[in-house]
Amino acid sequence: MTKRVLPVTVMTLLLLVSWYVGAAWLNWPQAVETLARAGNPAGFGDVLAQAYAMKRPILPTPDQVVVELWNSLTGYAPTSPRNLLFHTWVTTEAALTGLAMGLVLGILLAAGIVYTRTLEASLLPWVIASQTIPILAIAPMIVVILGNIGLTGLLPKAVICMYLCFFPITVGMVKGLRSADPLWLDLMRTYSASGMRAFWSLRLPASMPFLFASLKVSVAISVVGAIVGELPTGGQAGLGARLLSGSYYGQTVQIWAALIMASLLSVALIGVVRGLELVLLGRADGR
Amino acid sequence: MTFPNPPDIREATAARQGSDPAISPAASSVVVEARKLSLVYPTADKPVTALSEVDLTIARGDFVSLIGPSGCGKTTLLRVIADLERPTSGHVAIEGMTPEQARLKRLYGYVFQAPALYPWRTVERNVMLPLEIMGLPKAERQKRAREQLERVGLSGFERKFPWQLSGGMQQRVSIARALALQPDLLLMDEPFGALDEITRDHLNLHLTQLWRATGKTCVFVTHSIAEAVFLSTRIVVMSPRPGRILDVIDCDSLPRERTLDIRESPEFAAIAHRVREGLKEGHSYDD
Repeated sequence: MTKRVLPVTVMTLLLLVSWYVGAAWLNWPQAVETLARAGNPAGFGDVLAQAYAMKRPILPTPDQVVVELWNSLTGYAPTSPRNLLFHTWVTTEAALTGLAMGLVLGILLAAGIVYTRTLEASLLPWVIASQTIPILAIAPMIVVILGNIGLTGLLPKAVICMYLCFFPITVGMVKGLRSADPLWLDLMRTYSASGMRAFWSLRLPASMPFLFASLKVSVAISVVGAIVGELPTGGQAGLGARLLSGSYYGQTVQIWAALIMASLLSVALIGVVRGLELVLLGRADGR
Repeated sequence: MTFPNPPDIREATAARQGSDPAISPAASSVVVEARKLSLVYPTADKPVTALSEVDLTIARGDFVSLIGPSGCGKTTLLRVIADLERPTSGHVAIEGMTPEQARLKRLYGYVFQAPALYPWRTVERNVMLPLEIMGLPKAERQKRAREQLERVGLSGFERKFPWQLSGGMQQRVSIARALALQPDLLLMDEPFGALDEITRDHLNLHLTQLWRATGKTCVFVTHSIAEAVFLSTRIVVMSPRPGRILDVIDCDSLPRERTLDIRESPEFAAIAHRVREGLKEGHSYDD
């Protein structure tokens, strides 16, 4: 345990120090200007204090971000649009819905590819090609098209998440469904088991470790997808909307608070996936 | 999504349900019969003859060992009997049926070189796997699994996972799994090949007692002369490339009831000598 704590602490401290140095360096010209405008004589200490206390800094300090996080989490009711939790929940909802859709699509595609040679030849290139399109380019199109047929709110965002999520799941599950040991497959044959039976009793359980590896990637990019999906909707709710309104009004502290929240959300969701993996596969894994 | 599998498998499976393989009418005393059996693998440079004109008759209740150096086709012969490989030419019958019919009727139990246990299933659920595929009710599955685990001396290990067991115990589980089908015919492919000699002696003793208690017909592939002589009523000596039968040795001079002591007897030495001579004749000791 101590072996881990020390390097992590050292890295965190280094990061914080460089953050503060960077904040001073980036905010310095603005701070000098502000003080000059007020007509005060400015010593080094005054400028530094001003650089760390800007209302709209180029780079806010960690303590400013923490205070902003704390205020926006505790200052309002959790259901209020002024509370960051509200926005986090909106994003989480979209990310999880999209992940579920991506999971179903990914597994169906993988099963099709594994079981049908023609699908492998015809489908796999398209699956790969789909990921070469920048999500920033296609996300507004998805929102526009779905909006045109009357689908707004959660669903367009979830579709964008699904678009990003299904890929790692398809790739992982194709490998996973093929991971069954030849002897295990021979065994099914000696039992004259049907293809369906071999799928449920052998190929699918054998693929679970691969599925969880893919899920950890997918859940993180699903959060990114949800945030990207919130940008073109004009920013009513969600972490993406928070980022957008922050940049409209130059509220860098608010942007950073939303960024930190988004990464905390990803970490938490990956933690949930890891927990599920331990519960479902832990004992069988032997680790 | 399609699961390619010939539809006749499911029909045959349905027809089989409810009937017990142990009480199927014993039409003749011949269980396995092979005539002029050949198998040629097409490879990139030149075809490899794995089996060449093999003639073999295995009577009910026999314990037949197939012995020979690696690459002599003994495993291939076993896999042909189990319908895991198709012969190029010749004829093979199991209980008067084609190997495919016999496999669809689940007439045999197969024990592989490796235990081939599914790591995500507990010991008991591994043994229950073939019974699930047969569609037996849960209580019956559990009863049979418990019986067979007791038979191989693994009572109390039902809830363990394969990784929690030693190699020898895992192989005993795989034997219990093959026995759970209650087949008349047990096909074993070097089941103890990967185990140390002490464990192997122990399991050999166990296996010969099991064979005597159940009266099953066993076909056993090995490359150990001592193991073959100790277990068998008949030994089939095979030569490599092309795989053919050199000698069939009856072990009538040994009692049906075997203890580890018989390995010191002159009869045992005489049979072992004949096996060794047979292997020499087939140039098995050449480089």
